[in-house]
Amino acid sequence: MSALIVADRLRRSFHISHRAGFLRRRRTEVVAVDAVSFTVQRGEAVGYVGPNGAGKSTTIKMLTGILTPSSGGATVCGLDPAKDRRALAARIGVVFGQRSQLWWDLPLSESFELLRSIFRVPKDSYQERLDECVELLELTPFLATPVRQLSLGQRMRGEVTAALLHDPELLVLDEPTIGLDLESKERLRAFLADLNQRGTTLLLTTHDLDDIERLCGRLMVIDHGRVLADGPLAELRAEVVTERTLVVDLTEPHPPLTGLPGVREVRTELDGLRQHLVFGRSDTTAAALISALVDRVAVHDVSVAEPEIEELIRRLYKRTTVPDAMTDL
Amino acid sequence: MADRVYLDILGSRFRAQLSYRTSFLLDFAAQMVGQASELVVILVLFGRAKEMGGFAMHEVLIMYGIAGVGFGLADLFVGQLDELPRLIRTGQLDVLLLRPLSTLAQVATGDIQLRRLGRIIAALAVLVTVLSTSDIHWTGPKLLLAATAPLVGAVIFGAIWVVACSVCFWIVDGRELANTVTYGSNMFTSYPITVYPPWLRRFLAFVIPGAFVAYYPALALLDRPDPLGAPAFLSWCSPLVAVAAVAVAGLVWRFAVRHYQGTGS
Amino acid sequence: MSKKELRRGLAWSFVRALIGCYPHLAVAGFHRYSTYRSAAVAALTTNTAFGLMRIAVLFSVLGSRQQVAGYDAASIASYVWLGQGLLGVVILWGGHELADRVRSGDVAVDLARPWNLQFALLAEDYGRAGFAMLIRFVPPMLIGGMLFDLRWPQQEHTWALFALSIVLAVAMSFAIRFLLSLSAFWLLDARGVTAMYGLLGGIFSGLTVPLAFFPDWAYDALWWTPFPSLLQNTIDVFVERGSPLPLLAHQALWTVGLLVIGQLALRAAERKLVVQGG
Repeated sequence: MSALIVADRLRRSFHISHRAGFLRRRRTEVVAVDAVSFTVQRGEAVGYVGPNGAGKSTTIKMLTGILTPSSGGATVCGLDPAKDRRALAARIGVVFGQRSQLWWDLPLSESFELLRSIFRVPKDSYQERLDECVELLELTPFLATPVRQLSLGQRMRGEVTAALLHDPELLVLDEPTIGLDLESKERLRAFLADLNQRGTTLLLTTHDLDDIERLCGRLMVIDHGRVLADGPLAELRAEVVTERTLVVDLTEPHPPLTGLPGVREVRTELDGLRQHLVFGRSDTTAAALISALVDRVAVHDVSVAEPEIEELIRRLYKRTTVPDAMTDL
Repeated sequence: MADRVYLDILGSRFRAQLSYRTSFLLDFAAQMVGQASELVVILVLFGRAKEMGGFAMHEVLIMYGIAGVGFGLADLFVGQLDELPRLIRTGQLDVLLLRPLSTLAQVATGDIQLRRLGRIIAALAVLVTVLSTSDIHWTGPKLLLAATAPLVGAVIFGAIWVVACSVCFWIVDGRELANTVTYGSNMFTSYPITVYPPWLRRFLAFVIPGAFVAYYPALALLDRPDPLGAPAFLSWCSPLVAVAAVAVAGLVWRFAVRHYQGTGS
Repeated sequence: MSKKELRRGLAWSFVRALIGCYPHLAVAGFHRYSTYRSAAVAALTTNTAFGLMRIAVLFSVLGSRQQVAGYDAASIASYVWLGQGLLGVVILWGGHELADRVRSGDVAVDLARPWNLQFALLAEDYGRAGFAMLIRFVPPMLIGGMLFDLRWPQQEHTWALFALSIVLAVAMSFAIRFLLSLSAFWLLDARGVTAMYGLLGGIFSGLTVPLAFFPDWAYDALWWTPFPSLLQNTIDVFVERGSPLPLLAHQALWTVGLLVIGQLALRAAERKLVVQGG
């Protein structure tokens, strides 16, 4: 494995001037990205998450060369994005969930042809890529439709194809599933997961944590311009989350199942037909709990719910100080 | 190779626009009417005066014609720069920056408006008519001048356009200011510079090199010395001015894009 | 709908205009446009630049003569700067938000409200125009007044007539734009007609050349169109070119006529919306 992206104390601040009185203006400095360092290896799939204004898009812009860093630097595909923007553009693909790279009044297929010409993709490798995307993303029904008439889901599939035509080493996706319906999201995720399997490095920013769950082996959490946590999803979860939940479906309604060993909290649903038993990771195991349960009531079904990824991130935010080791996993 | 890319983009634009035939024809007609209404103004003014700034009607119409074709061509090829504030606001400019092509060329060819041919055709018709009915002593160099003056004018206008629109990288409401410079230059160059007061003339003729679009080439075609006393060779200097203007525009544009990358605003 | 009902409806709307939500809308219009301060600065630059060029062109037509078509140097200067200033008040270009709302279908919301849409938008437009008087009309006049000898009204009552003329011109500009916007109900897209109107308005309203400079036959023909009432008549009231009465009568007749046609078009549009669901 080799490093595809190296961000070295990447920092970006903006000057915002606002009215202070009738004519006076005051300038304040806002730090959008504060000395962020990380490395992405070839073939990884990294989720870059954080609330609005956390600095995600600013980082992406610096990594793609649209924005020059205030200080620090980055190397992407061995190039300096700020200096070699156009050379880099030929080697990466970028998908913005809310900006189109397609021509709104042209059929999708013609937009692809234009991009082939813009990125100077040889005919056969273009055709190979296109056929693959058309098949996997099921583009055939609307290849001849003008982009403005496509549904959002169809358009996004077109956008992803457009970003892949020149066979980029790295695919950067900025909120790729925003506004999509569930089916479109799932289809897109399956495609991206497959793409990553076959070697394309993925870096995606998202609000939708299902994207991360489904796609990303690694999670980077950013807030206020700083990386709060960086590591494999499972590891972060084990480290931060100390509670698990056993969801029990009973054959008939029952009052809350209190008093089981190791259970800290009980919530009921459907008049007690379904009960959520929250237990400490270190206090007991799911197996022990289940055997204790079946002694008391008739159980229809059980499942262990891992805490929602939202919860995971919420807890990460709660930790006020971030050990240095964490940012450099 | 690079040229082919832009030809491909242009070709796709043309196909897309011609597919809305009615609205295209209407827009096309509106462009012709727009150019024609400037002609009407000149005709009305000459209904009340024998000369303007020392020039007869056919002489002013030659300037109007050269300026009109030049402005029309510039509008066709770089007029899309007017959309720059929108491209910046919607983030569409970022998409262009992420392609391995010149950003300026992409903005220019990205949504080229074929309907603007209407203005060019209207102005060209007037120019050809006036040149063929005026009493001009035609020589080889003058024929060449008549044929190239609108093109050179277009290059100068184009450079003015690029510089003016670069302002939009700094000022949010820059479009109207930019339009003042571009459309203002069009009006300025359609009349002899002798009609303007000296300070306005100096600014618009030489700082913004508007006088080299139509006024000086027209003097050369008409074999007239400059009433303001400029040496005769200046009448043949427009191509040099165009080259200089392009160089300046290129530098300003590069600087502006650098600034954009520096602020990301 | 019978004529009687229509008349009653109109009368009722008019009463409501005096007492209802409309004054409030006018204030809101004033406020909305007061936020566009930097746009006003840009517009002032534009108006000044074009004013300087127009005045130079017209002075060169005047040459060494005392006057052309009844305009002397001071009247020409007033004509140019009034035109540049009024342009932002009596808008000739733009102001077609309603057309966009018709195209997008958002107009259904506007029509569903318990107001008369025409009066509501007119009230708002008066608010806008009021703010424009401060920020778009006064500055070019000040600049023009500093750089040139303007012709100011000689008689005191001219100021009142000038004010009245502006009030009429704003209403007429609005009435025309309202009709053009409503045409989108039938044409689907009003951009073609609004573009054409902008072009014709620029020349036939007297913005670029005083209409009196036109040949007599053209001038007479223009008198049968609403265009002179947009700018030229108001300017001529100010520079006291002949009796102001025909000028104001022309404005009043066209304004009322176009507003009434607008009301009828509005009813038709509402019916179309109800019948066809947009």
